[in-house]
Amino acid sequence: MDSKRRDFLKIAGLSAIAGIAVPSAFNSLLKGEAVASEHGEAAAANAAAGAHGAAAPTGKRWGMVIDVKKFAANPGLAEKCVSTCHAIHNVPDFGNKKDEIKWIWVDSFEHVFPDDSSQYKKPEALESMPFLTLCNHCDNPPCVRACPTQATFKTKDGVIAMDYHRCIGCRFCMAACPYGARSFNWREPRGKNADGQPFIKEINPKFPTRMRGVVEKCNFCVERLTIGQIPACVEVAAESKALVFGDLNDPASEVSQVLKTTFTIQRKPSAGTHPSLFYII
Amino acid sequence: MYGKGRIIPALILFLGVMTSPMWYKSGDLSKLPKPEKPKDYKECVAPTAFMRTSHMVLLNQWRDNILREDGARIGKTANGTEYVRSLQNGCMKCHSDKKKFCDTCHNYASVKPYCWDCHLQPKEAM
Repeated sequence: MDSKRRDFLKIAGLSAIAGIAVPSAFNSLLKGEAVASEHGEAAAANAAAGAHGAAAPTGKRWGMVIDVKKFAANPGLAEKCVSTCHAIHNVPDFGNKKDEIKWIWVDSFEHVFPDDSSQYKKPEALESMPFLTLCNHCDNPPCVRACPTQATFKTKDGVIAMDYHRCIGCRFCMAACPYGARSFNWREPRGKNADGQPFIKEINPKFPTRMRGVVEKCNFCVERLTIGQIPACVEVAAESKALVFGDLNDPASEVSQVLKTTFTIQRKPSAGTHPSLFYII
Repeated sequence: MYGKGRIIPALILFLGVMTSPMWYKSGDLSKLPKPEKPKDYKECVAPTAFMRTSHMVLLNQWRDNILREDGARIGKTANGTEYVRSLQNGCMKCHSDKKKFCDTCHNYASVKPYCWDCHLQPKEAM
């Protein structure tokens, strides 16, 4: 074939332009159609990726209000919540702070709200108030993002749950959690201490234990929620109404009513995790 | 072939020794594991042949379905009997003796599942 270099270059250039322009033209046309159809549909379509504004919440999101005043008025109640939870979930007590496993615990105001800016002239009563705290079951959980094996995940009801089968014990989630709500099993939970006492005093045969080398945390009693019961700590505190549990997305739920009428604070709101726990102080 | 008088008998002897585990007790059915089946319950959650080969798959499916996909915790057998889809609270309700049921086959096949590192067998002495 008798073709000149000039002709060849012309054809090559035209082909390159066509190759780039035609697909992009097609793409923008297709996108235009998608946008048009999205406008045609109702708000549901707006929730699709790329739409502006937060999607309206759908489904359940379990949450809890912790009334610290009521815990202060009922001494020992917070400790009872802790011991009940730890007993039914087979949480071991290793007897020292370093190895401690906690799903729910009592701490001081400074430790629970370390970024509180009112450093001066705080009510003295805060010093002695028992601040019950547990996993915040964040709407934007950093632990779930950090987990390399998806052992920890968010259920559709907003509970941050764990699949201990998948946990490899890397402890990234512990580093990621701003609330210290996760504990690592440095020791065998089913073992015994030097005096021959088992770390789990009395085993609940309905719930598994964990093994050495996994991280564990509060599961918001998912095993109870699925059979229609409320979390164990809420049940313990039911009489004094110190803990109010319910669906944050349901405007008629008790917890929503409390949040509507009472000023509450959350732990480390600046972390952007959107906790499901609210404190009345 | 040079030295065939020694090589061929030696090869036969070698093969005989290497395959001796197969000859030894071959066809001895009394060595097969006999897991003890529950007496009070006649029906399992799936046919025996499936359970024998794939119970571990089923357990994993239950776990992922219940934990991650919000699946039902209660299942129904072919005859309509309800059961809990759980190893600890379901399987072990009927197969209440781990040693006589689980361990017989697992020991025979030399598999060491880690179920019991966390899950509790009925009335386990800790």
